[in-house]
Amino acid sequence: MNLHEYQARDILKRHGIPVPDGDVAQTPAEAQTIAQRLGGKVVVKAQVHAGGRGKAGGVKLAAQPDEAAAHASRILGMTIKGLTVQKVLVAPATDIASESYVGIIVDRGSQRPVLMVSDAGGIDIEEVARATPERIYRLAIDPRYGLLPHQGLGLALRLYRDLAQARSAAAIMANLYAAFYAVGASLAEINPLVVTPDGRVLALDAKIVIDDNELGRHPEIAALRDTSAEAPSEVQAREAGLTFVKLDGSVGCCVNGAGLAMATMDLVKYYGGAPANFLDIGGSSNPQKVVDALRIITADPHVKAILFNIFGGITRGDDVANGIVQATRQFPLAVPLVIRLTGTNEAEAVKILTQAGFSALTDMDEAVRQAVARAAT
Amino acid sequence: MSVFVDLETRLLVQGITGRDGSFHTRQMIAYGTKVVAGVTPGKGGQPFDGVVPVFDTVADAVRETRANATVIYVPAALAASAMYEAADAGMGLIVCITEGIPVLDMTKVLPYVHERGARLIGPNCPGLISPTQSKVGIIPGNICKPGRVGVVSRSGTLTYEIVHQLSSNGFGQSTCIGIGGDPLIGTNFIHCLSAFQADPATDAVVVIGEIGGTDEQQAAEFVQQGMTKPVIGFIAGQTAPPGRRMGHAGAIISGSAGTAAEKMAAFAQAGISVMKRPADVVPLLRERL
Repeated sequence: MNLHEYQARDILKRHGIPVPDGDVAQTPAEAQTIAQRLGGKVVVKAQVHAGGRGKAGGVKLAAQPDEAAAHASRILGMTIKGLTVQKVLVAPATDIASESYVGIIVDRGSQRPVLMVSDAGGIDIEEVARATPERIYRLAIDPRYGLLPHQGLGLALRLYRDLAQARSAAAIMANLYAAFYAVGASLAEINPLVVTPDGRVLALDAKIVIDDNELGRHPEIAALRDTSAEAPSEVQAREAGLTFVKLDGSVGCCVNGAGLAMATMDLVKYYGGAPANFLDIGGSSNPQKVVDALRIITADPHVKAILFNIFGGITRGDDVANGIVQATRQFPLAVPLVIRLTGTNEAEAVKILTQAGFSALTDMDEAVRQAVARAAT
Repeated sequence: MSVFVDLETRLLVQGITGRDGSFHTRQMIAYGTKVVAGVTPGKGGQPFDGVVPVFDTVADAVRETRANATVIYVPAALAASAMYEAADAGMGLIVCITEGIPVLDMTKVLPYVHERGARLIGPNCPGLISPTQSKVGIIPGNICKPGRVGVVSRSGTLTYEIVHQLSSNGFGQSTCIGIGGDPLIGTNFIHCLSAFQADPATDAVVVIGEIGGTDEQQAAEFVQQGMTKPVIGFIAGQTAPPGRRMGHAGAIISGSAGTAAEKMAAFAQAGISVMKRPADVVPLLRERL
């Protein structure tokens, strides 16, 4: 789950990392009030889950409160990479002497959290990694001991010659590492970490991504979810306990298991079609999940055919068959349905489907070919 | 012969009285797996289905039954603790089926179990099966046949699909291993490939990977340098968009890294025969054997 910049800043602040003052606004009037309170020059920043906000015109400087309001009214409602801006952050414009990068991810190779720092701050770290990899310093942290003081200071000295600044940066790294574990992050980055002309080290922008598996034990973090930033079908799917990713093709896919779901989408493409979605109905499926899945898939007007691909292991074929029959009774389908079903309780499933007037295939390739053909006509 | 589990496997089930644990314990017993004990704290002394002794702790179970492998079906919130306990009791093989364990928990669990000499398979995996010898986990026994092809996969049902193709076409399996769909797992492709390479009962290996991470690229390097047996590979997720988690927590293209195209290229370069679709597994195996 992605957090907004203002939410990430709050977390950093709670963990003792210096961030500039500021507040979030949903209307131009609110933006004006915040600018007034802050006094002086401010920056108005769009709060969306997308990079490149500055280039898209979503970050503006304002000298006066009324100018902040004017910028806010232009930015609020603006679309950046398909996402509508609902909130802006209003913060004091900070004078910058230098910019660096500090981030933590969980590295799959070393199986440890890795702290990364770079003196090339303010730009996308992937860009830095591509263009000037020698400007990124990495340290794998042993989570049983945490970030040791000499490790943090060692990395900080790569960024700053001034010992006081290096000590400030090292403290920020230690606090960022503590925050990383405390909120259950899979990524936490400060970009840029700046030094002001008077020598203070500040986190100017922050990004935190939360591991979805942590949300159960961190209700306060789960409550930060901004559903307005997601496709409505994906919100609906999550509430129904389904894993769903919307795509832009015409073959709706309903599959049990994530790997098989991806392989099914790939096979749709192999036979010349385009998948409309990724959807995993999960392991121990009950009929209601199938009903919910069909409702979500059929809500997409681009779907011209629906493909079920079920390989029964834990998932029982008769449960899925019952779900299909129930769902199509509740709302008749306007698009053709192709069903591939094999494995556990296959015979019972075929009987249920046949009685309801459906036919079921057992071969995956044949089913995908048929679904692609039906979607094309 | 086979890999990791065989007729010598004496299995303990952690979470034996739970919904998933009890269902799959019955399936494993019906398949012929030697399930020698179960653990559910507070339920020690009450045999499961009247036949499998249940203990309060893993240490008690190991002492009384000489269990040498464990399979974990406990909920995600308790799974890390179950893995620590299994490692402390000296388990040689720990198979964790549980899905939804926070990655940060695994950063601590993995060094702990490895330092105690245990092999961890998973988490978030379907387990493994050496057909007719031992089934540990949830892979349906009826789709597998004994034979000489090793299978290793990050997925569950996609593995069943490909194993089904193998079994229906006369290619039985030595062992099928689901290593799990999470970003941090205990046993990776290389561990399994090297075990299959060393196993005299395995003639060829099928590797089923997916988007996310670089495990497949490292596996390709290993195959190129250290394997004499033929390897067939598949990568799921050619149509997956970047930046989205495709069901498995580990199945995500980060930036431009971890795409299916890059993994398929690494496979091909290492001399692995690359399937374009699951049905290609049989013709490619025939070609290589």
